[in-house]
Amino acid sequence: MTDTSTEDAATRPAPPPGAPRRGFFQSLEIDVRLLGMIAAFVLIALAFNYSTGGRFLTPRNVFNLTIQTVSVAIMATGMVFVIVTRHIDLAVGALLATCSAVMAMMQTRWALELFDLSLGDPMLAWIAIAAGVVVGGVIGAFQGWLIGYLTIPAFIVTLGGLLIWRNVGWYLTNGQTIGPLNDTFQLFGGINGTLGVTWSWVVGLIAAALTLLILWNARRTKVAHGFPVKPMWAEAVVAGLIVVGILGLVAMLNAYEVPERVLERDFAARGLEVPEGYTAGYGLPYSVLLLIAVAIVMTVVAQRTRLGRYIFATGGNPDAAELSGINTRLLTVKVFAIMGVLVALAAVVASARLTNHTNDIGTLDELRVIAAAVIGGTALSGGIGTIYGAILGALIMQSLQSGMAMVGVDAPFQNIVVGAVLVNAVMIDIAYRTEAIRFLAGLVIVAEVTLILWAFYTPIWALLFLGIAGGALVLARMRRIV
Amino acid sequence: MATPLVDMRNISIAFGGVQAVDDVSLDLHAGEVVGLLGHNGAGKSTLIKCLSGAYRPDSGEIWIDGKKADIASPRDARHYNIETIYQTLALADNLDAPSNLFLGREITNAFGLVDDARMEAETRKIMSRLNPNFKKINEPVSALSGGQRQSVAIARAVYFNARILIMDEPTAALGVHESKMVADLIQELKAQGLGIFLISHDTREMMELCDRVAVMKNGQLVAAAKVEDVTEDDILSMIILGKKPDHLAA
Ligand SMILES: Nc1ncnc2c1ncn2[C@@H]1O[C@H](COP(=O)(O)OP(=O)(O)OP(=O)(O)O)[C@@H](O)[C@H]1O
Ligand SMILES: [Mg+2]
Repeated sequence: MTDTSTEDAATRPAPPPGAPRRGFFQSLEIDVRLLGMIAAFVLIALAFNYSTGGRFLTPRNVFNLTIQTVSVAIMATGMVFVIVTRHIDLAVGALLATCSAVMAMMQTRWALELFDLSLGDPMLAWIAIAAGVVVGGVIGAFQGWLIGYLTIPAFIVTLGGLLIWRNVGWYLTNGQTIGPLNDTFQLFGGINGTLGVTWSWVVGLIAAALTLLILWNARRTKVAHGFPVKPMWAEAVVAGLIVVGILGLVAMLNAYEVPERVLERDFAARGLEVPEGYTAGYGLPYSVLLLIAVAIVMTVVAQRTRLGRYIFATGGNPDAAELSGINTRLLTVKVFAIMGVLVALAAVVASARLTNHTNDIGTLDELRVIAAAVIGGTALSGGIGTIYGAILGALIMQSLQSGMAMVGVDAPFQNIVVGAVLVNAVMIDIAYRTEAIRFLAGLVIVAEVTLILWAFYTPIWALLFLGIAGGALVLARMRRIV
Repeated sequence: MATPLVDMRNISIAFGGVQAVDDVSLDLHAGEVVGLLGHNGAGKSTLIKCLSGAYRPDSGEIWIDGKKADIASPRDARHYNIETIYQTLALADNLDAPSNLFLGREITNAFGLVDDARMEAETRKIMSRLNPNFKKINEPVSALSGGQRQSVAIARAVYFNARILIMDEPTAALGVHESKMVADLIQELKAQGLGIFLISHDTREMMELCDRVAVMKNGQLVAAAKVEDVTEDDILSMIILGKKPDHLAA
């Protein structure tokens, strides 16, 4: 058992005793992949903001961006578990349509007769949501059972599901658009249900305080066990970044003001007139709160529960998991049941945002969800993935899509870009872990950028870039850096 | 004679056309180390996997403490306090040492959440006994050397108060010093009254560590004998020729 840390010490100059020299980012102990994703997101946001003359980072657009991301982001957190256990779920978009159809029918027809309620009763929304969640969970569990116990590959089961569930949804509604949906139900759609300025600040401050508490607690536990901890300043930087991030988002969403005519309508509904100089901000949408709740629960499941531990162990080595006494078949059922429940929640948000159920709701969502999880660092080979990564992945995808729409990029070209980003993200992720392909990956990126510059700016810039970046790459290769 | 801790009777198992284990009977007493030897593919790992719950034998019975045992899964084996170090180590490469050590038996806190800090502390404690050089507690085990991985697998088997320990080539990837530590560990566990099945290709090591040796060839048991009664040459000829030495046959 040669200890590699002594080997390292032999090949590297030893740090002075008592003062281990560590890099800035090393001290922060932030996942490099997370850092990369945040950097990519910031870069995309700034680039679009620049090319739209500042329209991308307005409160209004940030608000829209967040509510557009929620549905895919909720499903992406579940897709992390699915992919981590070496499976795939191609049926999420179709299942979303079935759940949406069940919920729409429940609140506009079935529940009215079943429970003798009248249209507009808030109870209808909750009954519909409960029904949707049960349907999603049961269908998910059934697919998981076919995969785990009957050992039919997930790809096949969910490919079948893709065809089946969309058309089950069609039959439930006879192919009709069902709506308008219940007012209470619509609160989950985004703009129709927000916390308002004051409560948004309250939630933001509570979230910030909780974050600090969790960080402090983690540090205390480590100290209690005598484990190494990062320096205090690093702790402060990380805490500061998170708090600024939370409060910044709240400030941005609060700054999006309710338009005057909407205010007039709301006041008129209560028989009042809008007071002189009165304004109101939207604040945090309920749908975003739902996403945050899902993210917290899923992160706790992933990191702090046995279920999560078994999911990752099974993804890393199914045989080892089995030999350790883990029932991997039942685990598959659970993973797909969780996915189904999350699809149902996503269906609430998606249909509430549209204010009615349509047949094509969720079409192609399976691809967006898988792409979000993968861009977020989930490895298709299993065992690796994070919840926050998947959510960031969903946000990056949505930013690209809406940013390009704002800039006025042609629709076909938007899809080309999203596809290219997906492949590139995975390539960069692999290159980060595998030294052997770094040079080739670098060449691909240089070639891509050259092509883009050539097509959209001038050949001169393209050639200049090719010369400089290509030269640097070849030089790095010769010096064996890549 | 006391009832054996483990009594495997007439175990047979086949994979497709290959009779991997063919009517093998072998027992193990408390405080005893039984060595299993044989050429590659002789059926050693397959035999002990029937005991550890990884495989179900086609026929044959396993008795533990004089009672017939029903071992249908690795979980059942754990209930009988059977711990196994597999030849393949059976580690989840993407998880760190504490997660692997406690896999399937995580320590949880009052809320039912896994208590990583306590598991890490326990791991540090046991690793400091098994392999004091072991420092990479928080890295995925894929980043460990073969020997370091092996010490994680050993730690996992000895941590949970096993009564029956199965070690399938536990020292295959270990250096001289670390092999010595495992040998000391085996002596210590044996003194505590554990029964140990040890598989190894190192005949000399087996002569030193074991009370009895059993030799397999082509799925069949050639012979089991006390180490005092055989020489290294006897064992080698049993492995290669599959023949019982004359003085044992008597
Ligand atoms: N899961 C399996 N499927 C099919 N055949 C198997 C399986 N496991 C073992 N075998 C076969 O059973 C026979 C015995 O294998 P086993 O692994 O028990 O040998 P071994 O004595 O442990 O060998 P080694 O010293 O190489 O570890 C071999 O012929 C092997 O090919
Ligand atoms: Mg073997």
